[in-house]
Amino acid sequence: MNQSVSNTPPAPATQLRPGERIKRILGSRTAGVVILLLVILALILVANAQGVTGNRLLSLTVRGVMLGGILSLGAIGLTLIFGVLRIPNFAHGDLMTGGAYLGLLFVGFMPMGNPIGPFSFGYEFLIAMVGSMAVVGVVGYLVDRMVFTRLRNRKSASIIFAMSSIGVALIIRSLVYLGWGADFTFFYRGRPRPSIELFAGIRVRPDQLFILGLALFLIFLVYLLLEHTKMGKAMRATADNPDLARVTGIDTERVVMWTWIIGGALAAAGGVMYGLDSQLRPEMGWLLLLPLFASVILGTIGNPYGALVGALVIGIVWQTSSAFLDPAYGPGVAFLVMILVLLFRPEGIFGKPR
Amino acid sequence: MTTTTLVKAFLLTVPVAFLATQLLRSLPLLPRILLGIVAGFGVALAAVLWVPSGIMSYLVSFVIMASIYAVLTLGLNVQWGYTGLFNIGIAAFFAVGAFTSALFTTAPPSGALAAFSQQLFGFGAPFLVGLIAAGIVSGLLALLIAGPTLRLREDYLAIATIGIAEVTRLVFQNERWLANGPQPMRGIPQPLHCLVENPVCSWLPGPIAGLFDGFTARDYTFVYLFIASLVVLVVYIVLERAIRSPWGRVLRAIREEESSVAMSGKNVAAFRMQSFILGAIIMGMGGSLYAHYMVSIDYSHFDPLYATFLVWVMLMLGGSGNNRGAILGAFLIWGVWTGTTFIIDLARPALAAISSDLPARGPYLRYLLVGLLLLLILLYRPKGVIPEEKYVSQPG
Repeated sequence: MNQSVSNTPPAPATQLRPGERIKRILGSRTAGVVILLLVILALILVANAQGVTGNRLLSLTVRGVMLGGILSLGAIGLTLIFGVLRIPNFAHGDLMTGGAYLGLLFVGFMPMGNPIGPFSFGYEFLIAMVGSMAVVGVVGYLVDRMVFTRLRNRKSASIIFAMSSIGVALIIRSLVYLGWGADFTFFYRGRPRPSIELFAGIRVRPDQLFILGLALFLIFLVYLLLEHTKMGKAMRATADNPDLARVTGIDTERVVMWTWIIGGALAAAGGVMYGLDSQLRPEMGWLLLLPLFASVILGTIGNPYGALVGALVIGIVWQTSSAFLDPAYGPGVAFLVMILVLLFRPEGIFGKPR
Repeated sequence: MTTTTLVKAFLLTVPVAFLATQLLRSLPLLPRILLGIVAGFGVALAAVLWVPSGIMSYLVSFVIMASIYAVLTLGLNVQWGYTGLFNIGIAAFFAVGAFTSALFTTAPPSGALAAFSQQLFGFGAPFLVGLIAAGIVSGLLALLIAGPTLRLREDYLAIATIGIAEVTRLVFQNERWLANGPQPMRGIPQPLHCLVENPVCSWLPGPIAGLFDGFTARDYTFVYLFIASLVVLVVYIVLERAIRSPWGRVLRAIREEESSVAMSGKNVAAFRMQSFILGAIIMGMGGSLYAHYMVSIDYSHFDPLYATFLVWVMLMLGGSGNNRGAILGAFLIWGVWTGTTFIIDLARPALAAISSDLPARGPYLRYLLVGLLLLLILLYRPKGVIPEEKYVSQPG
C-alpha cells in the first residue's frame, strides 16, 4: 500500500492517474506563484466589492511592503536557524521582543537628542539599535551553548528542539514582563509622528521609509555575507546538506555561532523597527511568530531570499485583508496562506519538488 | 455521623480509590479494585470527618482543577506520548470544547439580557449532551487541521497547531455573535446542581433524593468533584484498554519507526489521524468540564501559557507515554502552579526591595517557572517521573 505520494520517484507523465497529474500540476512552481497571485487578486476583489477604494488598497499595499520589510528581518534569521541548524525556533518572535525592549533600555541610558530631519528619533536610537542587535546575537549563541548544543550532542529529534525553544521563549517573555510590565509603550512617548504624502495621496510616516530602507540595507549585508564570504558559503552548504558539509571539513561550531549571531541580530533589528513603527508590547513577538513561520515556509525553509519574498507576500496579504477584516485577524490570514502553501506546495516556492 | 457525611465520603471515593488502586499495583486486578474502593471510602470518610471544612473545600476545588488538567494531559498523551504528534495548540481544542458545551447547554439570552449578550444558539441541553458535543466539535476541528498537515514533516504540524490556537482565540475574542466575545459567556449550568437545592431534583426517587437533604449550595463542589473524577477515570480506562490493543501497538510502532509500520502494510496516515482526533476529542471534553465548573468563560481563559504549555510541562514531567504519569504530572504541576501564588505573595517584600514596580508584576514569574521547568525536564529528565513501561498487548 502506498502511504505517501510525495515519496515515490517521479514517474513519466503518461503513466500518472488523472488525480496525480492534477496534483503535480498544482504542485509546480508556476502554479504556486499563480495561486498566490490569485489569492492576492481575490483579496483585492473582495475589498473592492465592499466598497474599498483603489487608492486605499494601494496605500494598504504600500504599508504591506513596509510590514513585509520588518517581517523579513525576523524571517531571514528564522529560516537560517531552521535550515542550517535544523531548529524550528519558536523563541524567534520573543527574541524580537527582547531586542525591541533592549533597544528601549539603551535609549533610556543615553541623553535624548533632537530628532534627525523628518524622523521621530535621534542618533541615540540608532546606537541603541546596534547595541541591541549585538546583545541579542550573543544571547542567541549563549542559549545555543546552554540548551541546544546539549540536545544536538544527544542527537535529539527536531521536535525536542522546538519544545525547548518554547521554554526559552517563555523565559524571555517573563523577563520582559518583569522588567517593563504588560502595558504597551513607545520609544519616544508623546512625540508626534506626522505622515507625509508619498505619491497619489498615499501617506506614510518618514519613519516607515527609514524602516524599509534599513531593512533592505541589512538584507543586502546578509546577501554579501552569504554569497561573498567563506562563512556564508559554509552556512549555505550546511543548509543544503548538513552531512556532506561536515564530511567536507566545514567547522560546524563556527557555523552554529555565526548563524545565531546573524539570526539574533536581525531579529533584534526587526523587533526595534516593529516597535518604532507601532508600539512595544510583551506579546508583540509572539503574535509575529505565525506570520514569520508562514513567510519561511512560503519561501522554502533554509532559503533567505525565499524568506524575503515570503515576508513581502505575507505583509501585503496581512495589510490588504485589513481593508475588510478586523486587523486583529492579520496573523490568522497569514496562517491561512501558510495552510494553502502546505496543501499545494509544502516545499515552498523555491524548493525542489520532492 | 450523619447521612450528609456518608454521602460526601461516597462522592470523594472515586479519586481516592483511584489513587489507592494505583498504589496497590502488586495485587491482581480484582482484589486490587475491591481493596482500593474500601480503602478509598475509609480515607474519604476520615477526611470528611476530621479535616477542617475550609481546608477540605480548598482540597476539593484543587482536585477538580487538577482533574480537568488531567483530562487535557491524557488527551495530549494519546497524541504525543503514544504517537509522537507534536500538538502545541491544546488551547484551541480546550476552548472549542468549552464554548461548544456552553452553547449547547445554555438557553439563548432573552428579554433584557439579549441586549447585552449574544450567542449563536442555545439548546438548554443537559450536561452530558454538552460533553459529547464538545468532544465531537473538537474532533472535527482536529480533522480539519490534520488533513493538510499530518502527512508533512512533524515541525509543520507544530506550527499549524499554534496557528489554529491563535485563530481560535482571535475568533472567540472578536466574534460577538458566536459566543459573546470579548465579553464572557455567563450562566453555564452546573450539572446535577439540583442535588444541593431545596427541594432536591424532582426526577430522583424519594429515598435517593432524601440523602441530599443536608446539602447546601456550598457543598456543590463535592458533586462536581465526583463528576470530574469520573470523567478522568473513564478516559483513563478507555485509553489503557486502547493502548494495549493492537491499535495502540500500531501507534507506538509509528512513533518509533514509521517506515517499518508502513512496510507491514499499515496505513500510517490513517492511524496518525485517528490518534490526533482521539486526543482532540478528549481535550474538548476537558474544555466542557472546565466550562461547567467555571460557570462563566471568556477567551482569556485559554491563554497558551496555562492552556497549552502548562499541559506540556505536566505530561513531560509525569512521563509521556504513560497514562498514570500523565495524571500524576497534572496533579504535581497543578500543585506547583497554585503554590506559586503563595510563593509570589511571600516574595512580595523582596520584590518591592528591588523595585517598586515588581510586586505588581509578580504573577509574570509564572512564565519564568513554566519555561524553566520545560527546559530542565527536557535537559535532565526527558523520560519524566514515571517513564513509559513496556506494554504487553492483549489479544484484541
